[in-house]
Amino acid sequence: MLDTETRSPWDRVLLARHANRPHTLSFIRGLCDEFVELHGDRTAGDDPAMIGGLARFRGRTVIVVGHQKGESTRENLERNFGMAHPEGYRKALRLMRQAEKFSMPLLAFIDTPGADPGLESEEHGQAFAIAANVFGMTNLRIPTLSVVIGEGGSGGALAIGVADRVLMLENAIYSVASPEACAAIVWKDASRAPDAAAAMRVSAVDLLEFGLIDEMIAESPAAHEDPQATIAATGDAIERNLAEIEAIWKRGPSGERELLDARYAKYRAMGRWQEETTSLVASLTLVTT
Amino acid sequence: MRELFRRQPKFTPSGDDDLRSNLPDDLWVKCPKCGELTYHKEHLRALRVCVRCGHHFRLSAQERIELLADVDSFEEWDAGVTTADPLGFVADGEAYLDKIRLTGRKSRLPEALISGKLQIDGRPAAVVVTDFAFLGASMGAVYGEKLARACERAVDEQMPLLTVSASGGARMQEGLFSLMQMAKTTAALSRLGDARLAHISLLTDPCYGGVTASYATVADVILAEPGALIGFAGPRVIEQITRQKLPPGFQTAEFLLSHGMIDIVAPRQSLTSTISTLLSLYAAPEPARKPQRRRRLETVELATASAREDRSDA
Repeated sequence: MLDTETRSPWDRVLLARHANRPHTLSFIRGLCDEFVELHGDRTAGDDPAMIGGLARFRGRTVIVVGHQKGESTRENLERNFGMAHPEGYRKALRLMRQAEKFSMPLLAFIDTPGADPGLESEEHGQAFAIAANVFGMTNLRIPTLSVVIGEGGSGGALAIGVADRVLMLENAIYSVASPEACAAIVWKDASRAPDAAAAMRVSAVDLLEFGLIDEMIAESPAAHEDPQATIAATGDAIERNLAEIEAIWKRGPSGERELLDARYAKYRAMGRWQEETTSLVASLTLVTT
Repeated sequence: MRELFRRQPKFTPSGDDDLRSNLPDDLWVKCPKCGELTYHKEHLRALRVCVRCGHHFRLSAQERIELLADVDSFEEWDAGVTTADPLGFVADGEAYLDKIRLTGRKSRLPEALISGKLQIDGRPAAVVVTDFAFLGASMGAVYGEKLARACERAVDEQMPLLTVSASGGARMQEGLFSLMQMAKTTAALSRLGDARLAHISLLTDPCYGGVTASYATVADVILAEPGALIGFAGPRVIEQITRQKLPPGFQTAEFLLSHGMIDIVAPRQSLTSTISTLLSLYAAPEPARKPQRRRRLETVELATASAREDRSDA
C-alpha cells in the first residue's frame, strides 16, 4: 500500500475507480436502518445509474440519492458505469422536491465518471436536466449534504453536488472533466491523462485547500481494503455536519434563510481572478475565495 | 460603444499580430455551408447571414452587441476583472496565463465574456455576451464572476437580463473552480428570479458542456439562432464513445425546438425585434415606444471573417 503522502494524482484516480471500492448502495446499506428505493422520473423512464429513496439515517428520515456503479461487469453495463441519463437527474430532482415537501434533509452520494454522453441522452435534454438540478439545489429549503465517494466527474457529478456541506473521501477525485477528456482537449492526446490529473488538482487535499469542498474524510486504510471502516467514518462525518446545519435550519424561517444565504455566499465566492483597481495608478490585486 | 475594446490597450494588437493588415476587408466572403461568395459589404448588410443558404456566421461579442443595442447605449461593466491562475496550470511547457495573454492578443479581447447594460428600443437590460474566439468562450472564474455581478446589478437596477452564449464548455485550466461557476451563475440567476426579473437566453453556435448545462438553459425564454449546434456532449465525443451514427440535423437549434428543449429559433434579421417584443411583454404596462436606430454592422470595425471562423482551441 502506498503511503498517503506519496500517492500521485494518478494513483488517486486509479483508487477512485477501484472496482472493490464501496459504491452508493454499500454506503446506504451500511449507514441507514431502512431504505425504500423509489423509481422513475414520472416522465419517460427509470435510470439504474441514479438511485434514490427514503431512508432512516441515525434516527431521522432522509431522502437519499446517488450515482450507482455496478459490482460486476454485467451490473456495470446495466447501470451504465454510473453515468446517469436525463431520466436519472429528473428522478433525483423529483426526490429532492419531495425532501423539501416533507422537510427531510437530503443526502447525495457522488460516484460517476460523468453524465451519459449518448445520442438518446442528448435527445432527452441531458444539459437541460443537469442545469435544472444545479439550479434546483441552489435554493432547496432543506439541509443538504453531498459526499464524493469515488469519481466526481464534471457536470454529471455537480447535478447532485450543490449542497450546504460537500464532503469528500481522501482517495476520491472531483474534476471539471475526466482526466482523459481534459488531456484530449488540452494536450490533444487522451493518453496524457496522468498529466491532466496532476494539472487539474483533482485530489481532496487540494480541493479542501482551495475551499471547494468543506471536509475531507480520511481513508485509513484505503476504502477498497476496508470498506466497513470507510463507511463508518463517512457516517460519523455526515452525522456531525448534518447536525450542524440542522441546528440552524430548525430555528424556523430565520434559520432556513440563514442556511440558504450561507449556501449562496459559499458558491458566490468560488473562483479566483485579478481585478484592476479604479485608482489612477492601476494596480493588480489577487482576489481569492 | 466603438471604444469597447480600445479601452484595453494591452489587448490591442500591433505589428505582425494585426490580422487585419494581412487580410483586407474588401474581399469576398465564402459561405462554409454552400460555398457562395458574397461581397464583404453585402455580407455585413445581411448581418453575416449567407444570402443564398441562410447560414448564420458566428458573430464576435462586439458585433453581437452592435446588432442588439440602440446606438451608443451599451455601457460595459467589470472590464477590469481578468484571469488568474489558481492551479498553476502548465501544459507542454506553456503556462496558463501565457496562453491567456496570447489569446487576448489574437482575439483582441480581455476574456471570453463581456458584460454590461444596453437599451433595446429604449428598454434597458443587463447583458452578457461571450466570444468564441477567446479560448472557445470556455467558462472560468472571470466568466462566472462577471455573469454573477451582472445578475446582481440587474436586480439592483430592476432590469431584465439577456445572455448570449456560445461556448465549448467549462475552462479546463481552472479545474474544479470552473465547474463551480455552473453553481455560482445559476445561484445568481435565482436572485434575479426572486426579484421577478426575466432572463432571456440566446444560444448561438456552438454551445456545449457546462454552459448549456447551467445558466444558459435556466431561463424564462430560450432562443437559438438557426442552425446553431447546441448540446451537452460534442458530436465527436458521442460518436467515439457510443459508435452511433448521428442523424442529420442532430443538435441543431431546429432539433432542440422539435424535442421541446427551446422556445424559439430566431433568425438574425428579426432577432432584435423578437427580443424587443419579449422585453416589452415582460415589462410592466407602459406607452408604446418607437423602434430606435441601431448601428449597422458594416460600420463596425471588424476582424476578418476568416479569423472569426477559426476555431479557437479551449
